[in-house]
Amino acid sequence: MYGNGYIENDGKPVNSLTVNEDPIKLAAFEARIAAGDKIEPQDWMPAEYKKQLIRMMEQHAHSEIIGALPEGTWITRAPGFRRKLALMAKVQDEIGHGQLLYSAAETLGKSREQMTNDLINGKSKYSNVFNYPAKTWADSAVIAWLIDAGAIVNQLANSKGSYGPYCRALERICAEESFHLKYGHDNVVFLATGTPVQRAMVQDALNRWWEPIMHFFGPSDKESIHTETLMRWKVKMGSNDDMRNMFLDMYVPKIWDLGLTLPDPNLHKNEETGRWEYTEPNWEVFKQVINGNGPCNKERLAVRRKAEENGRWVRKALMKPEEKYVNPLA
Amino acid sequence: MEFTDKHVQGLKDLLYKMADDLLILGHRNSEWTGLGPILEEDIAFSSMAQDKVGQSLAIYEILNQLGESDPDTVAFTRNANQFHCSKLVELPIGEYDFSLVRHFFYDHADAIRFEMLATTVVEPLQMVAKKFKGEIKYHTMHADVWMKQLAEGSDESKMRIQNAINETFALALGMFEPSDFEAELQEAGIFDGEFVLREKWLNKVVPLLESFGYSVPDATTTIPEFGGRKGQHTEYLQPLLDEMTEVFAIDPGADW
Repeated sequence: MYGNGYIENDGKPVNSLTVNEDPIKLAAFEARIAAGDKIEPQDWMPAEYKKQLIRMMEQHAHSEIIGALPEGTWITRAPGFRRKLALMAKVQDEIGHGQLLYSAAETLGKSREQMTNDLINGKSKYSNVFNYPAKTWADSAVIAWLIDAGAIVNQLANSKGSYGPYCRALERICAEESFHLKYGHDNVVFLATGTPVQRAMVQDALNRWWEPIMHFFGPSDKESIHTETLMRWKVKMGSNDDMRNMFLDMYVPKIWDLGLTLPDPNLHKNEETGRWEYTEPNWEVFKQVINGNGPCNKERLAVRRKAEENGRWVRKALMKPEEKYVNPLA
Repeated sequence: MEFTDKHVQGLKDLLYKMADDLLILGHRNSEWTGLGPILEEDIAFSSMAQDKVGQSLAIYEILNQLGESDPDTVAFTRNANQFHCSKLVELPIGEYDFSLVRHFFYDHADAIRFEMLATTVVEPLQMVAKKFKGEIKYHTMHADVWMKQLAEGSDESKMRIQNAINETFALALGMFEPSDFEAELQEAGIFDGEFVLREKWLNKVVPLLESFGYSVPDATTTIPEFGGRKGQHTEYLQPLLDEMTEVFAIDPGADW
C-alpha cells in the first residue's frame, strides 16, 4: 500500500536534475524511455534518476512494512475464522511486498540493511497514512478497502513506469492488492449493512480516515519544480491531483451506495469538468505528520526498532564472514 | 465396530485438543507478523499460522458434524477452562529462540500425530490427516533448517537455542498428557494414543537435535507440564482469548 512519493527538490534549480550529465547519453536514455523501453539495473541512467528511484522504492517498501503494523494489531482480534484467515493472509502479503520492493531497490545498490537503518533512524520516509491509529475493527476494514484502493490507483500507474525491476514488482503487487480490496470491500459491506453498532462503527472509522485518505495522494504537484522531468523519465506517472481524482471517481459513489456519508459537505463531482471538487484537506497537518508529529510516528518506529534489535542475534548468526554482499540482478 | 458413547466422547476429546492446539498456536504464530528477525521469517510464521488456523477450522467442522456448535461459536465463545490446548502453545511468543523451539517441538509431534491418524477408522479425520501431513512437512522442514543453522551460526545463537530447548522441554512433554479415553480410542482403531505418539516423537526429535549439536534433557526424569488437556491453563490463555474474541463479543449474533 503506498501513496504518491514525496519528491524532494532540495531547493535546487529546475535544470539541476540533468546539469552534470553527458548530453549524448542523456538523449539516448530519454529516447529509450519515450519509445517505451524499460531501463534495467546495468543500463546507463542519470544520477538523479537513480536517486529518485531508490527513494521511491525504498519509501514504498517501508510503507508496506510499517503498514503491516496498524492492520496487524487486528489479526489477533478478527471476528471469526473467515476474517481471521483473510486478514492474516492480507498482512502477510504486505510484508511480502516489502521484501519484493527492497529487492527492487537493492538492484540500484542500496542494501536492505542500509534502508532499514535509514527507516528506524528516521532518515527515510514512509506513507503518512500509517501514522494514524487503527482504533476499531472497522478501521482495519476501511484501510483494507480504501487505502488499498488508493494504492492500486497509484501503483497501476507506476507499473507503467520506466524502471524494469520496479514495474515488475508492482505488477505482482497490484494483482495481490486487488484481492485486498475485495476483502476490504466485503468487510465494509458487512459492517454497513449489519447491526446499528456495526454501522456506527464503520461510519466513525470512515469519518476519521477521510482526511488521511485525501492526504494519501500527496499535495498538489504545482509546487514541485521537478515534476516535469520526472514525468518525462516515467519516474512519476501522474499528478497527485489526477490520482486523487481517479480515486474519488471510482470510490465515492461506492461509499455513498452503502448509505455511508463522508465528512465533507463540499464533496461533489463537477459534471462539466468531470473533476471532483472538495474541501482542500489541511496540508499543514500533512506536513506535521510527515515531519514526525503524527499520532503514531514514534510508536511505529519504536516497534520497528525493537523488532530490529530483538532479531539482531538471528541475523548475525546467519552472516558468513566469507560471503560478500551482491546486488540482486532484477 | 459400533461406537459407544465413550468412544464418541474420546473422539471429541481428541479432536478438541488437536483443534485447540492448532488454533492457539496459529494465533500465537500470527503475532510475529511485522515483528520477525528478518522479513522472510515474518512471512514464514504467517504462512504456518494460516495453515494452523485453517487446520483447526477443519477439525472444528468435524466436531460440528458430531453435534458440537459451529466453529465460530466454539472458537470464539469459550473460556480458558473449556479449552483443551497444551500449555506449550498458549505461552506468549517471547523471543525468536522460544518461538522457534516451540515450533520445532510442536510440529514434529503434529506431523507424527497426523501420520498416525492417516489410518484412523474415523473417515473425515483420516481425510484431513492425509491432507495436513502434506502441509506439516514444510513446517518441520522449516523448523529443522533453522534449528540447524542457528546451531552452526554463532556461540550466542547456539546458546540461546540450547537454553530454549532446556526451558521448553517439560512443556513439550505436556503435549502428551494422556486423556481419560486412551483405551477406548485404541480399541476402536481411532488413535494409538499419547504414549505411542510420545515415544515416536522422542525417537525423532532427540537424535535430530543431537545431530545438530544440541543436548536434550532426560525425558525419563523431566516432569511434564500437564493440565492443559484438562482445562487447567497458564495465566496467558485467558488474556489471549479475551483479545481474540474482543470484536466477536461486541455482538456474537452479528454477521462479521
